[in-house]
Amino acid sequence: MPLLLLTGSARRTAKNWRALRAYAGLVVGLLFFTGCRGVQSAVDPAGPQALRISKLWWTMLIVCSAVFIIVLAVLLYSVFRAHRRNRVADEPGTEQRLTRTISGAVLVTVVILFGLLIASALTGRALSSQPEQDVLTIEVVGHQWWWEVQYDDPLPVRTLKTANEIHIPTGQVVMLKLTSHDVIHSFWAPNLHGKKDLIPGHVALIWIQADRPGVYRGQCAEFCGAQHAHMAFLVVAESPERFADWYEKQLKPAASPADAALSHGQQVFLTSRCVMCHTIRGTTAAAISGPDLTHLASRGTLAAGTLPNTPDHLGGWVVNSQVAKPGNHMPPNELSPEDLQSLVSYLESLH
Amino acid sequence: MSQATKTIIRKGTRVSMDDERERQRLEQTWRTPGGWLGRLSSVDHKVIGKRFIITAFIFFLLGGIEAVLMRIQLARPESRLIGPDLYNQIFTMHGTTMMFLFAVPVMEAMAVYLVPLMVGTRAIAFPRLNAFSYYIYLFGGIFLYVMFLLNTGPDNGWFSYVPLAGPQYAPGKRADVWAQLITFTEVSALIVAVELVVTIFKLRAPGMSLNRIPMFVWAMLVTSFMIIFAMPTVALDSTCLILDRLVSTHFFNQAEGGDPLLWQHLFWFFGHPEVYIIFIPALGMVSSIIGTFTRRPVFGYLALVLSLIATAFIGFGLWVHHMFATDVPQLGQSFFTAASMMIAVPSGVQVFCWIATLWAGRPIFKTPLLFVLGFFFIFILGGLSGVMLASVPLDLQVHDTFFVVAHFHYVLIGGAVFPLFGGFYYWFPKITGRLLNETLGKWNFWLLLIGFNLTFFPMHQLGLQGMPRRVYTYLPEMGWGGLNLLATVGGLIMTISVLLFIINVFRSRRSGEPAGDNPWGASTLEWATSSPPQNYNFLYIPTVAGRDPLWEQAEDQPVVTGLRSDIREVLVTYTLDAEPDHRIKFPNPSIWPLLAAIATTGLFIGSIFTPWAVPIGAVPVTVTLIGWFWPTAKGHREQLASEEQPAEAEDQP
Repeated sequence: MPLLLLTGSARRTAKNWRALRAYAGLVVGLLFFTGCRGVQSAVDPAGPQALRISKLWWTMLIVCSAVFIIVLAVLLYSVFRAHRRNRVADEPGTEQRLTRTISGAVLVTVVILFGLLIASALTGRALSSQPEQDVLTIEVVGHQWWWEVQYDDPLPVRTLKTANEIHIPTGQVVMLKLTSHDVIHSFWAPNLHGKKDLIPGHVALIWIQADRPGVYRGQCAEFCGAQHAHMAFLVVAESPERFADWYEKQLKPAASPADAALSHGQQVFLTSRCVMCHTIRGTTAAAISGPDLTHLASRGTLAAGTLPNTPDHLGGWVVNSQVAKPGNHMPPNELSPEDLQSLVSYLESLH
Repeated sequence: MSQATKTIIRKGTRVSMDDERERQRLEQTWRTPGGWLGRLSSVDHKVIGKRFIITAFIFFLLGGIEAVLMRIQLARPESRLIGPDLYNQIFTMHGTTMMFLFAVPVMEAMAVYLVPLMVGTRAIAFPRLNAFSYYIYLFGGIFLYVMFLLNTGPDNGWFSYVPLAGPQYAPGKRADVWAQLITFTEVSALIVAVELVVTIFKLRAPGMSLNRIPMFVWAMLVTSFMIIFAMPTVALDSTCLILDRLVSTHFFNQAEGGDPLLWQHLFWFFGHPEVYIIFIPALGMVSSIIGTFTRRPVFGYLALVLSLIATAFIGFGLWVHHMFATDVPQLGQSFFTAASMMIAVPSGVQVFCWIATLWAGRPIFKTPLLFVLGFFFIFILGGLSGVMLASVPLDLQVHDTFFVVAHFHYVLIGGAVFPLFGGFYYWFPKITGRLLNETLGKWNFWLLLIGFNLTFFPMHQLGLQGMPRRVYTYLPEMGWGGLNLLATVGGLIMTISVLLFIINVFRSRRSGEPAGDNPWGASTLEWATSSPPQNYNFLYIPTVAGRDPLWEQAEDQPVVTGLRSDIREVLVTYTLDAEPDHRIKFPNPSIWPLLAAIATTGLFIGSIFTPWAVPIGAVPVTVTLIGWFWPTAKGHREQLASEEQPAEAEDQP
């Protein structure tokens, strides 16, 4: 009964409401094992790739559960039956009967495994035979601990660089070219597909497709150092029209500051060490070791899915990013309150 | 028979005055000298084995404490108790400790203690090397933990992927500490493996032909061969890493023609067999316990042995399933999927044979058997999630998530730790002469079973819900809080269970029920001697006429006489049929293995700081090895004395 005790104490403090809710979620979760939907769930597919894998998952779960229950039932029956017997000596013919039974069980095992092998191979083949024409190609480069995203286009001026948020049109096959700038990362948006490693010196390909609009969260799945836990990204699937809109907006350089305060903010950015790492297209800031900030305000999160993109969080992040994401490569910045205010306003104006 | 063989096989086991004199002489010859120096000089496999088991268990507790710390940190989202820097060290220490300092060594330790008794001989082969291997292991473990306390614990995970662990992204000495710990443990493991192979092949009691070896001994033989084939790979791998870090070679540096994937291939070519190196000895324990507590020979001896060997072979053919996310070509994927699924077949054969044994026998529900039944429940579940992971598409979803964490704890704790605890309860009376308390044992078992499932079952779902492994925290909106809290509660229950076991050990060691030679009515030779065994193991080396010698031996089962009792003489037999071959003198206790281990430790630790430690450190190592092998006049006389018997040899039948 330890769990009930926990809920009792949880009721006492309002602060622990979350624990209570979590407990309720837990009970539901146990009742409907793996049945729930989620922002980052392998069993809530949003595209054909994840759907195929989740079908394979359910097949395997059913087969394996059946095997588990049967084997355990036989085991328990054996123990129970034998416990009531008094004799130790085998009846004549026991040896042969047991040998036959075991051989039969092994044969059934082999058949089941072969079936699962075929199911797995068919799924694998379907996942890796994707049309290579008419695909949107996006290069994703892993950095400690953020994602560089670049949309390819035959016209160099129409290639687009952004970070931590990948917009894709629904119903379109998207090919991701994955590599890493530093250590090994792994790209994983479970609602869309399984994971693929980003390995320095290698380029891996993966095809994804979203069937319905939505925001699908993904996260680095290969341990990559101090902030592996905070290396998330969003895949935003939207209708082709809205995607085209978004793309055009993103292609534009950053808007020039509309008023004096924003101008001051831009000045702060360009005269502090921000420019050592970041790019804002349309200004002189063109460094590439940190995420591109040209349209920072259009993104939903800060610091690779760590914080919601609000002025408060942005201010805190700029002053000392080590609080929210200790060990990340962005140094603290000492700015006067006015400068910080202007800087945050400016960055939040970069739609 | 060679002229050196003066051994005769004597009919009858009547105790006489001669026996008493023989006993005293053996006692004098085989005893471990007193005093601190004497104890450190011990080459008795039982003394070393006990130290080995206790040391490995202490590392198990340390790894457990790290696990509890992780569970406390993950119990709720955005917890600030442990920061990423410490957390990454803790999970690396947990994995490294459990794999390299607990799981493999504890299995080898049990074998060091038990195998010579089970095959009916006086000592383990290469007894001084055995002492050396223990000290190397001990010093390696101490080194790791001292560095951890100095905030230099490794922090790249127990498989230490490059480039994260390479010179560019892991400055400082943390990654070197990990790589050098591997050197310590691989040296120790290889030595023990060689000793076990030689002990099993050459020191068996007459009559114990290969098809009569106890299952645990078979398991250790197969495991030892796996160690001999697997460990050199990780030795090469970690040496390349040290070279990359210390002298700027570029084995894994892709910019200079190396490849980070090379690390993974070499590591997993060792790392996957490693799982079976941990698990196969446990299977041997399961067979031992089931045979004893169903009061019948385990069904399907040949099938079980062949399954062990098949598992070992296939175990080397599926390392790539740890790398499915690294862009392996489709055909290669299918091969490794098939191999990974195929290994379920020998495991299935073994499970079926055990169930058949339970079916045909009459189980007695003592604690060791309970742990084996728990093993069935957990291990079968873990095996089935393993079948799922063998499928590439499914693996791509759950690889490196909590699903995998759940899976390998099901196979490792279920497959190895449960049988090991069963083994502790089973062999504790042999080692100490007293039984562990049954009531505490049952509490121990049920709490461990419940706690384990509460901890790890929810992790399957966490993985499917997208929780990657090795994260020090997670956001509240991910919805992972509840299941993580449940897992933490389960972890605390497991902790209580292990504490009960420790209490049980301390209480029973002093005031437990006296065991007698064979408290369970078991069939194998370790139960044919006193509990705890005398330092010479057996007054007369037994002979064996079947697979279950104590159940089927004749009234007048012959014993071996003619082995000298004034020097450490051991009977060597032929590999296949264990017919007497010749006698050999085993070395006396010596302090040199300890000194050599200290010198080697100096070399290993020094070489993570400077390459000069290798040539300079080689000097003391050489000196201690010369001391170790320096012939003494006394030893020479003993050697001569045991050789010059040509006239008498002709009297032999």
